Amino acid sequence: MRPPDTAVTEGGTFTSDEMMTACAARALRDGMTCFVGIGLPSAAANLARATHAPNLVLIYESGTIGAKPGWLPLSIGDGVLAETADAVVSVPEIFNYWLQSGRIDVGFLGAAQLDRFGNINTTVIGPQYADPKVRLPGAGGAPEIAASCREVIIVLRQTRRSFVERVDFITSVGYGDGPGHRERLGLTGAGPRKVITDLGVLEPDPVTCELTMTGVYPGVTIDRLRSRTGWDLAVSADLRALAAPTAAELAGLHALQAMTPRS
Amino acid sequence: MAEIVSLADAVAAAIHDGDAVAMEGFTHLIPFAAGHEVIRQGRLALTLIRMTPDVIYDQLIGAGCASRLIFSWGGNPGVGSLHRFRDAVENGWPAPLRLEEHSHAGMANRYAAGAAGVPFAVLRGYRGTGLEGLPGLDGQPSVRPITCPFTGETLTAVAALNPDVTVIHAQQADRAGNVQLWGITGVQKEAVLSARRAVVTVEEIVPGLRPQPGAIVLPGWTIDYIAHAPGGAHPSYALGYSQRDNDFYVAWDAISRERDRFRRWLETDVFAGKLASAGMSEDGSGS
Repeated sequence: MRPPDTAVTEGGTFTSDEMMTACAARALRDGMTCFVGIGLPSAAANLARATHAPNLVLIYESGTIGAKPGWLPLSIGDGVLAETADAVVSVPEIFNYWLQSGRIDVGFLGAAQLDRFGNINTTVIGPQYADPKVRLPGAGGAPEIAASCREVIIVLRQTRRSFVERVDFITSVGYGDGPGHRERLGLTGAGPRKVITDLGVLEPDPVTCELTMTGVYPGVTIDRLRSRTGWDLAVSADLRALAAPTAAELAGLHALQAMTPRS
Repeated sequence: MAEIVSLADAVAAAIHDGDAVAMEGFTHLIPFAAGHEVIRQGRLALTLIRMTPDVIYDQLIGAGCASRLIFSWGGNPGVGSLHRFRDAVENGWPAPLRLEEHSHAGMANRYAAGAAGVPFAVLRGYRGTGLEGLPGLDGQPSVRPITCPFTGETLTAVAALNPDVTVIHAQQADRAGNVQLWGITGVQKEAVLSARRAVVTVEEIVPGLRPQPGAIVLPGWTIDYIAHAPGGAHPSYALGYSQRDNDFYVAWDAISRERDRFRRWLETDVFAGKLASAGMSEDGSGS
C-alpha cells in the first residue's frame, strides 16, 4: 500500500504543514471512506478530493456523511458540511452504525504524545491523571476511530516532547504492548498504518509492530530524525525519499485556503 | 405539556442549584443564550454534562456555576484549549472541577441508554485505553467490561445518563409546543428523552411546523418549557437562520486566556448591567 508518490520536484518553496498535508493526501485512494478530524486531516482529505481522489467519501463525526465543502471548515460541524453532505445522521448513529460496524476505511488522528507502538495520548500530560501538568481536550471520537476504522493514519509533528518512550495516558490504542495485543483486545481495525510527521513517514514493522521510519522529506538527515525522537528510533534499511509537494498539490491547497472565509 | 415562557422564567423554573444539567448541540444549535441566563441567575454547584464542553461550558465553568463535569472532548473546536476549563482543572479556579470522562461514542450511547430507560448501553470501545479504569463522579467506574450472553465476546458497558434537566436550542416550535430541529442534530433527541425535565429555546415560534428534510420533531409533551430566543445559539448557529461565527470562536482564545479579561467579558457581555438584579454576587457569597 504505497502512496502514489510523484517523481516531480519543483524545488519551489513550501511549508512543513504543506508537506505533511500533501503526504497525508497521497495516502488516500479514490473511493475510500474517510473519517476526518478538523485541521490538517481535513485539509489533506479535501486536497485529495480536489486532486487525485474525487470520489473520496468524507465523514465528519458531527454526522455528515459524504460532505463536499468547497473550502476548509473551522469546525467539524460548520454549516457547509451539512449543506453538502449525502446524508446527515445523529451522533449515536455515526458512531454505532457507521464507525463501530466497520464501514469506514481510514481514520485520521492527531496526538499530543505518541509511543513506538502508535498508542496515543490526548488526555493529560503528567504522571498523575487527577493532578495533571497540562489538561488536554480528551478523547472525543478518537478511541473508537483507532479501534474500528480499517486503518488509521496519525498526523503530528515529530519532537522529543511528542514522540515519547511511554505516553502519560493511553487515550487511543495503537498496537498496545506489541504483536497480538489488538487481537486480544478484540479491536476490529488494523491499527495505525502510517504516521506522517514534519520530517517524514513511519510505518509499523510487520513483525514487531514497532513504528519504523520508512520515508523522509527532502534534506532530512537520520541524525535529525533521531534527535527529534524520544525513543531509540528504528530506521528502515531502504529509507525512501518522499517527493516534495507538486505544483498541482500546492495549487489545490492554496485554492482551498483562498476559498475559506477568513477572520 | 410544554409551556411557552420567557427565557428567564424557563431557567428559573427548570434549573436549580446542584442539578445535573445537559446542554447539548454538536457544534450546531448550542444553547448559548440559555447558558448565559444560567450565569445571570447565579446557579451553583451544577454537574454539567456535555459531549463537547466547548465555549459554552468554558463560560459557565469560569463564572463559577459548576463543580462537576461529565464530558468527552474539552477543546475550542479548530482553535485550541478551553482556558477556563483548564484553569479549573489545573489550578482549581474559580473552584475545583471534578471530572467524569468518556469517549464520544460512550457519551452518545450513555444518553441513548438513558432515553431508552435501560441502565447501561453496550458498545465496542474503551478496550485497552486508560479511560476504562477511571472512576466516575460517584467513585465507581461508569465503564465496565461485559460478556455477551450469546457469543461470549467481551464488550464494554457504559452507565446510562439521566440528567435532571436537558437544554437544547432548535429552529422552530409551534404554538402547541411541538419542536422541530434540522441540520446537524447531534445527540439532542437522546439528551431530551433521557432527562427528567427539558427546556428548548427556539429561533422562531410558528403557527404550524412544516416538515424539513432530516428533521427531528419532539412532541410538545416531551418538553417542559419553551422560550423564544432568536439568535440564541450564537456564536454557534441555527441552519437556515444564521452562520457559525467562527471569528468569535477564534477571539474567545484571547478573551478567556486571562481571568481578568474573562471577568470583564462576563460583565459587559453576559450581565450588561444586570449584575445587581440577577443576584449573582448575593448567591455567590452565600455558598
